[in-house]
Formats: sequence, C-alpha cells, structure tokens
Amino acid sequence: MKHEQKHNPPMKYGMAIDLDKCTGCGACMVACMAENNVSFKKDESNKLDSITWLRVYKLTNDKPYPNTDICYLPRPCQHCEGHGGHSPCVSVCPATATDYSRETGIVSQIYTRCFGCRYCMAACPYHARYFNWWDPVWPDGMEKYLSPNVSPRMRGVVEKCSFCFHRYQLAKNKAYLDGERTVPEAAYQTACTQACPAGAIVFGDLNNPNHQVHQVVKPDPKHGGKSKNPRAFRLLERLGTNPKIYYLSSREWVRRAGDNYLAHEKTGQVSKPHH
Amino acid sequence: MMDSALIPKGVKRCPMWQFLLGLGIVGAVLAWGVYAMLLCWFKGLNQTNMNDYYGFALWIWADLAIIALGGGAFFSGLLKYIVGKDELKHIINYAVLIGFICYSSALLILAIDIGQPLRGWFIFWHANVHSMLTEVAFCLSCYFSVLTIEYIPLILENRQLDKVPFFHNLSHNMHETMAVFAATGAFLSFFHQGSLGGVAGVLFGRPFAFREGLLIWPWTFFLFTWSAAAYGPCFTLLITWITEKVTRKKLVKDNVVELLAKISGWMIFTYTIAKICDTARWANITVPGLGQTLTDFYTGNALYGYWILFAEIVLCGLVPAIILISAPLRKNPTWRVIALLLGVIGVSLNRWVMVLQVMAVPVMPFDHWALYYPSWQEVATTILPLAYGIMLIMISYRYLPIFPQEAELNPIEEETSAAVEAKTESTPDLEPAEA
Repeated sequence: MKHEQKHNPPMKYGMAIDLDKCTGCGACMVACMAENNVSFKKDESNKLDSITWLRVYKLTNDKPYPNTDICYLPRPCQHCEGHGGHSPCVSVCPATATDYSRETGIVSQIYTRCFGCRYCMAACPYHARYFNWWDPVWPDGMEKYLSPNVSPRMRGVVEKCSFCFHRYQLAKNKAYLDGERTVPEAAYQTACTQACPAGAIVFGDLNNPNHQVHQVVKPDPKHGGKSKNPRAFRLLERLGTNPKIYYLSSREWVRRAGDNYLAHEKTGQVSKPHH
Repeated sequence: MMDSALIPKGVKRCPMWQFLLGLGIVGAVLAWGVYAMLLCWFKGLNQTNMNDYYGFALWIWADLAIIALGGGAFFSGLLKYIVGKDELKHIINYAVLIGFICYSSALLILAIDIGQPLRGWFIFWHANVHSMLTEVAFCLSCYFSVLTIEYIPLILENRQLDKVPFFHNLSHNMHETMAVFAATGAFLSFFHQGSLGGVAGVLFGRPFAFREGLLIWPWTFFLFTWSAAAYGPCFTLLITWITEKVTRKKLVKDNVVELLAKISGWMIFTYTIAKICDTARWANITVPGLGQTLTDFYTGNALYGYWILFAEIVLCGLVPAIILISAPLRKNPTWRVIALLLGVIGVSLNRWVMVLQVMAVPVMPFDHWALYYPSWQEVATTILPLAYGIMLIMISYRYLPIFPQEAELNPIEEETSAAVEAKTESTPDLEPAEA
C-alpha cells in the first residue's frame, strides 16, 4: 500500500451542486441519514438540536410578487482545506479528534476520541457540525436496518458529514483487489449524489481532470481553488476557509447570497485572507 | 466556642451556631448545584438549553469570567514578589484564596461542560498543539497547581497545624520560596489568560470574533491577559469589601486597598486604550475586508446592540479607570466601590460578548440570529461554584490568618478573653476549651 500511495498524486474529493437544478425535494437529506445511521428524535421540530449532516436551506431574493424567486441550497460539511489543511474546525480541536486528510481532502471525525468540547462547532461558520445531545435511540426493530459500515455515535460527541467515507474505504479495498491503481470515479459516490433525482450533485476528485466534478468546477489551484466557471461560487469564500463544495447558479442573487459583500462590492469579489 | 482552639490568635469570630447556620444556608444552594451537576453528568447535556448554534454558552462564559476575575491572584503576586510592592502582603493571602476558588471552579465547570466527561483527559493525551484550548488546559491545570502550592502555607498557618514543627517549617520554607511560584504563576497566567482570548480570536470562520495578531497569537490573546491583570484586582478588592461588610470589621488598611486600586485603575486605562485601538482596527479593516460592517453585528436582534460597545469601553472601561486613577475619587469608599463593581461587570461583559455574541451572530448571509437562555440546570451549576467559594471563604476566614492586619485593626478589648488566651497558650497540654 505504501508503494501505491507514493505514486498516486493526492486526491481532493469535492462536490458541485447545481442550485438551478435542485428542487428542494430533500431526497439527499433522507439518503444521507439512512446511509450514515444518523439518529433522530421523536419530535424533530426543533432544528437547533437535531442532526442533519446535509441540510437544505431555503433562500429567497426578498422581492415582492411577481419578482419573488427562491432557491434551495443543500449544505453538507464543506470539507474546508483552509490554507495547507488549516481548516477552521481541525485547527481548533484540542484532542485531534478531527483531521484533514492530505490523501483525500476529506475532513474526518473520530467519534471515539471526541470528548465533546464543541469548539469545532463554534469554529464552523456553516453550522455543519452537530452535537449528540441525546443517546441515539431507534424505533423498535429499526436497528436491524442500520448500516454495518458506519459506527453509530454516542451521546456527547460531535458528528458531521464524512463524504460517506466508508464508501471510499470499500471502493479502495475493491480497487486494490481488482489491481487498480486508483479508485474509479463511479466506484466512490456519496449517498446524496446518487439519491438526487435532478442530478444536481456531482461528486469526485477535484484534482483529476477526468472526473466530471473537475470539468464542471474547473478549480484554479493558483487562486486557492477558486472556480473558473462563472456560474460557480463557494459559501463564505472570503473567510479563507477554502471549502470543497462548489455551488452553481446562473442567478446573480443566488451567487451573491453565498457570501457577505459590502453594498458597493461586486459579487465574487475575494479579499486577501487575513490569517 | 467549641472550635476556639482553631481560631487564629487575637481575632474574634462569630458564635459557632451562627457560622454553622451560614454554612447550612450556603450548603443548601451548593446541594442544589450538585444535584443539577449530577443530572448533567448522568442524563447528558440535553439538560441544558445549549444547541448546535450555541455549543458554547453560559458555562464557557462563566469559565472565562471567573478566570479573568481570579486574575487578581497572579497579578497581585507579580506586584508583590517580582515588582516589590511589599504593602500588598496584607492582601495577597486573600487574592490567592479567591484565585484558588476561581480556578478550581473553572475546572469543575469545564468537567460538567464537556459531552464525555470521562474522556476529559484526552485533551492532554491526544493534545493538538495547534489548538488554543489545549494551551488553556495545560496552563490552567499547571497554574491551579501553583495556586494550590500558594494556598497550602496558608492552611498550615492554622493555629493547631502550626504547632506541628514539620508543618511550621514547611510553611516557613514555602513562604521563603514563594517568589518562584509567583513568577511561575505569572508566566502561566500570561499564557492561559491569553489563550482563552485566543480561543475566540483564532476563529477565522467567525468575523465577529476573529482578530489578526502577532505570530500565532491574535490580538485578543494579549487583550485577555491585559484585562485579567487590570480587572482581576477589582474583584479581589470588591470581595474584600464585601467580606468587611459581612464581618462588620475593617480587615485591610486603606493604603493597601488604595495602592492596588490605583494600579488597577492605570491597568484598566491602558487596557481600554488598547481595546479601543483593537475595536477600531477590527471595525475598519478586518470586518469590511470580509464583506461585513458593524451594523451586521449590532442590529437586527433583540439583545445585542451598540450599547455593548458603550458599556464595555466607556461605562465599564474609562469610567472606573478615571475613578481609580484620581486620588480624591479613589480615596472615597463609595466611588471606589462603584468603580470596582463597574470593573467586575466590564470584564464579565467582555467575556460574554466574546463567547455568547460570537455564537449569536449569523455568518452565512441567509442565516439568522440565534438567541439563547440557560436552563435551570445551567444556572444552578453556575451558582454552584459561587456557593462553594462562599463556603471556602467562610471556613478559611474563620480558621486561617487570611488578613494579617485584622488583629491590629480590630483589637479585642475584653480583658477576660485576653486572660483566657494567655492561659491557653501557657498550658499547651490542655485543650483550650477545657482550660
């Protein structure tokens, strides 16, 4: 395996979500919860303490009828790279319970090492991290339907989207047995990507020109991974979090809603990071 | 009194029943807090009103606030042992005791606050050296050890313990080397007070908290250390004043109080200037650079308005600074206490802002303000250290020579008690009560 890693260039798994295609159906959220054994409460009405690794936000342009427009924005963990793996959450975790993989670009969460200080949650501007306020309890019989590949989380630890990392592990093992040097694009896809009926989500290696996500996003490594696609933007790009989720939209107000701008600033303006 | 043998020489204490009644009342509050603490430990943090927007809330504020207020211990120690302000020896014992209470309380609150308390040691075992919280944990634990070492000789000065030659000599020798511990304490405090400021300052995903800085340390690192040194003595003096009111005795001479108050005043003044510079730079360079304005942080919600900036910088910054710097105002007990109170409120407000408001401000343009109020379990566990602190002060004050000037300032007039004292001392084989 060492030999294989030495010769394989690092991957950078990421996602492109076309907001003009997203209908807000929520299939991605459901698929994510089922795939990753995400626990739920009897009453899920309080969204401030329920767990949704992938949450769909409803955005509006705040204009009166007939100019009203809405947009649904699915928000998984953004798997921020920051500068050199200095993600907002990874850098603050005191117990190294979350890590940025230079092999895959995935931000991991080690549940058994997390002691629940929640500093990572304070650091994440996307609210992509969730705390287990309760012990996970599934309705009678449902525990038989849990995925054996994903460990359920205990009360008192933080969890978040892993880009279905267990699927990557399975695909990697299969590729190794098949004698493949790399994991094929189709062999590793996240549950939300496969569940989206509109095909709004594209997932793959942003470093690999053969992957569709690379072709859609056209990331510019010279400018911190900023997309060359004029329809693309990243959430809160100006903070310097360097996320790997790219959103696409032809609507200017949607692209502008992805970041904070002063009144006179153009959409897409990126300031020099301060850190 | 049945415990008269334990009470320091030359001072008078309230009757035993009164002492026990007081302990009982505060103990009931403590028991309430302990019950809430056990609920949190056994049932989990669902007992709180925290949520995924408020991962940090009342407890972390309480932690930061009491550590800042306990800063009087390290700063008084620094002034006495390193700078050489010898008059402060008359208040240093109390500063150490207050610091000990504050830091032990902070550690207790942290133990309740974490989701998996049994894994608390992971912060040392799997330490991420890049995390400010790791620095906090290490320096906080080390400094608590220093405070314990500083508190031990005080315990050994109890009249009965002091009779044991080993304890007497140990206490004496510890006093001799206290300058080393004071210097260590100041060094550790610089880092843990600072790293608590760094906890918020490094959050580059949160423009309200984020600050540039020097090397790896954001400006909040230095501001927190500075403010703890500035406002910590205010708390020491305020608690001393409250103790004087409760005991109806003068315990520390005015010149000692005024010296510490004056130094605190100048520290608050310089801190406030630094805070103004920091706020100006943040508001005019950092925040606009990230596409935001002050309006985003201080409008659009029911609680957090521009009044906070006024309260922090003017009302609880410049005002107490001017009162404590000005000799006539400082010497006036009423003005002095007002300034001390404003100082304590000011630093607590600053810590509130750097924890709670950071959580409240939306960062994504389509997100909303999140407000929060604590559950009774959070309130009870926050009051718990307060009750514990009062009890420890009550016990320490009763049995230990906390205030070296107390006997001189409050001479016992009755001759009979003096005679009994003399006889007690001359018959060491007998129990004082029997004598």
